Amino acid sequence: MRKILMGTALWLLAAPAALAQTVTDFRLDNGLDVVVIEDHRAPVAVQMMWYRIGAADEPPGHSGIAHFFEHLMFKATDDLAAGEFSDTVEAQGGSDNAFTSWDYTAYYQRVAADRLDLMMKLEAERMRDLQLTDEVVATERNVILEERNQRTDSDPGSLFSEQTRAAQYLNHPYGIPVIGWRHEIEQLNRADAEAFYKTYYAPNNAVLIVAGDVRPDDVRKMAEAHYGPLKPTPDIPPRLRPQEPPQLAERRLEMRDARVSEPFMMRSYLAPHRQSGNQKEAAALVYLAELLGGSGTTSLLAKKLQFEDPKAVYSYAFYDGTALDSGSFGFGLAPLPGVPPHEAEAAMDQVVADFMAAGPDPAAFARIKTQLGASEIYAQDNVEALARRYGEALSVGLTVEDIKAWPEVLQSVTPDDVMEAARKVLDRRAAVTGWLLPEEDAQ
Amino acid sequence: MICAMIRKMAVVLAVLASPAMAEIKVQEVTSPGGIKAWLVEDHGIPFTALELRFRGGTSLDAPGKRGAVNLMTGLIEEGAAEMNAQKFAESRDALAAEFKFDASADAVSVSARMLTQNRAQAAELLRLALTQPRFDADAVERVRGQVLSILRANAKDPGALAGETFDKLAFGDHPYGTSGNGTIDSVTALTREDILAAHQGALTRDRVYVAAVGDITPEDLGALLDHLLADLPETGAPLPGPAPVGLTGGITVTDFPTPQAVVMFGQQGIERDDPDYFAAFVLNEILGGDRFGSRLMTELREKRGLTYGVGTYLADYDQADLMLGQFATDNRTVGEAVDILRAEWAKAAQGVTEAELAAAKTYLTGAYPLRFDGNGPIANILVGMQMVGLPVDYSATRNARIEAVTLDDVKRVAARLIQPDGLRIVVVGQPQGLPDTP
Repeated sequence: MRKILMGTALWLLAAPAALAQTVTDFRLDNGLDVVVIEDHRAPVAVQMMWYRIGAADEPPGHSGIAHFFEHLMFKATDDLAAGEFSDTVEAQGGSDNAFTSWDYTAYYQRVAADRLDLMMKLEAERMRDLQLTDEVVATERNVILEERNQRTDSDPGSLFSEQTRAAQYLNHPYGIPVIGWRHEIEQLNRADAEAFYKTYYAPNNAVLIVAGDVRPDDVRKMAEAHYGPLKPTPDIPPRLRPQEPPQLAERRLEMRDARVSEPFMMRSYLAPHRQSGNQKEAAALVYLAELLGGSGTTSLLAKKLQFEDPKAVYSYAFYDGTALDSGSFGFGLAPLPGVPPHEAEAAMDQVVADFMAAGPDPAAFARIKTQLGASEIYAQDNVEALARRYGEALSVGLTVEDIKAWPEVLQSVTPDDVMEAARKVLDRRAAVTGWLLPEEDAQ
Repeated sequence: MICAMIRKMAVVLAVLASPAMAEIKVQEVTSPGGIKAWLVEDHGIPFTALELRFRGGTSLDAPGKRGAVNLMTGLIEEGAAEMNAQKFAESRDALAAEFKFDASADAVSVSARMLTQNRAQAAELLRLALTQPRFDADAVERVRGQVLSILRANAKDPGALAGETFDKLAFGDHPYGTSGNGTIDSVTALTREDILAAHQGALTRDRVYVAAVGDITPEDLGALLDHLLADLPETGAPLPGPAPVGLTGGITVTDFPTPQAVVMFGQQGIERDDPDYFAAFVLNEILGGDRFGSRLMTELREKRGLTYGVGTYLADYDQADLMLGQFATDNRTVGEAVDILRAEWAKAAQGVTEAELAAAKTYLTGAYPLRFDGNGPIANILVGMQMVGLPVDYSATRNARIEAVTLDDVKRVAARLIQPDGLRIVVVGQPQGLPDTP
């Protein structure tokens, strides 16, 4: 069996890039970047408008304004009543929504491809002409407080990750939660919202992604008609966020909550991110996360901590490298009942230390390379995910060429690259380690 | 090794006529061995999505063995034939194949994605997992530990607690009345023999439904299915029988310390093959469907900011039908939100307006073709259609059935279906000023 499998791996290595989707990009005169991803299998189109503005760009003391504004974008403009945007999309059988992160805020609609023109008309309308009232702002603020209640305050795991994230960043605004701190959400008002809107919602601060059963020439014509007339903001502030000082001491935290049933550990490190023209280190860290804690069965942590000498219910590693200022790398660990947290953590540290000494298992490295290659085949089946891939990367300073090159960069990673990146990142002095514990364990 | 036998393929073509999906052709394939499957051939991307569903699911658990089917399902990928869990996972990953196994109240689902270049090897691995799972002692303990961890977490999760409370009120002693995950006690007591019995009872040829979408021909699919399923038992454990819905109107409060209460509500639903099902479906869309513009979303979120989201749906199980909904709101506003919910429920019994009906129809008919995007999602839809007994040309006629719903149809079904006094509301939290009316 195994012999056949290895042959398969080699085949994939030879041909990962032959399957790329047709992607076209151009820029309108007012600075709006446009990317068209063609997929003609079904007569569906996705429009996504990505603004290069997120929670890490918020003025101090106004956390949550970027996300709050995402909600307000569904309210009235000078030509549309409140709710009319979504009503119009739904009347076409489409779906629409939006999401906010630290580096971007994005809006999208999914419709039959022949309704794209109408979607552009709507999206262009709210880029510059939103009309807010105090009442609308007050009601939506309540919705957001309930959203925070539901997603964060009702979930000790979310509260814990909010706390560990805040501990990770001494100075950079990546340490604030996207939804905002409750006491600051409560103070957000119309003046904040309008100032934010006027500054950042502009064609020269946005990326338009259109994906699906569309032709680049048609998209260009429609985009020029609807977005072309919008005036750019001449003085968009550069995205110069306060940067982290060197971290010299590990930060540790312990949080207890009555709603927690079993201990859980999270360890995170600042890590290099994908940079335009230089994605090799980030690609190596993708492998590092997969090797140490990707698969719940065959990764090193799973093998050692769940199979050979069971200490954990589960364990994993993660890496997020698509960001403007910094990536993050880390581990999660849930000890088996009866295994003291410090013992489980020590066992995890030992696995990592052994890996640093021995390097990756060649067979495991080859499997991961094969899977990363195959994921490009599977990725073609989901044009919306492809659109997100482009929107996210373009919002954090990468180029279309970087995105197209990424699968090749991944295939070019060597075990030496992985170890070099691992030595750089896995420094305990630059880590945050947090334990989330049940209340009854107190003292 | 794929069996060499004379291939007789029965293929029926159904062309879906909806304008936005003109190119999707569903073929009804019968393998030489007699297994029926629905297939959409699409050779654009070199992989195939295969979806299997075995009717029965966790409701097949034997008395006292709650959680056996769920634990068994979690163990299918933990070693097969000569391979232990590690070897099995390594083989699967080296092929870049993806298998997912899941147990719900009515079915065990298998979702596979296999590259064309190594499909035979991937299918062989899947066959070994389905037909020769090892259920090694260490694997059983490991996965049992994962299930127990989930059960302990659910005991402190307001959403899970609301669901369990509601199911108990609705279904009592029927399997639907308890979680298919089992309880700490029942899962702790399960033996390897129980797991073997669950495997023999739940994965059987007489209750399997199959859909495939992607880079595969009817002939290859037929051969693949015959090989994949040949060694499964012909028949299995008996289905549990109808589950009478025992809900009465009122409020059940479970005290739980959390800033925001979870509110789950529901009543008797309507059968999938009821002549008025589509009218009820449209009514539900208007009352609490998945749009910003539904009545409940408008009243609770858009006008008053009481919740982040609210939705209702027709929950059609194999053995029961419910109409359900859920939202979460601050403990201080549960009373206000519940009053609005009850008022809207009573109002819905009166029917809807012409404008609401028109808007819902436009949305539902427009949104339907958009669901058919991607090989995996299409396979999932096609196998779901088979599970509820829909014909192979259903997708082509479905929008016409929505269009045919009249204002009178909705009025008639609203009066019959909606029970303003029969709505049971379960609240988990510490709601202020809300009486418990058992």
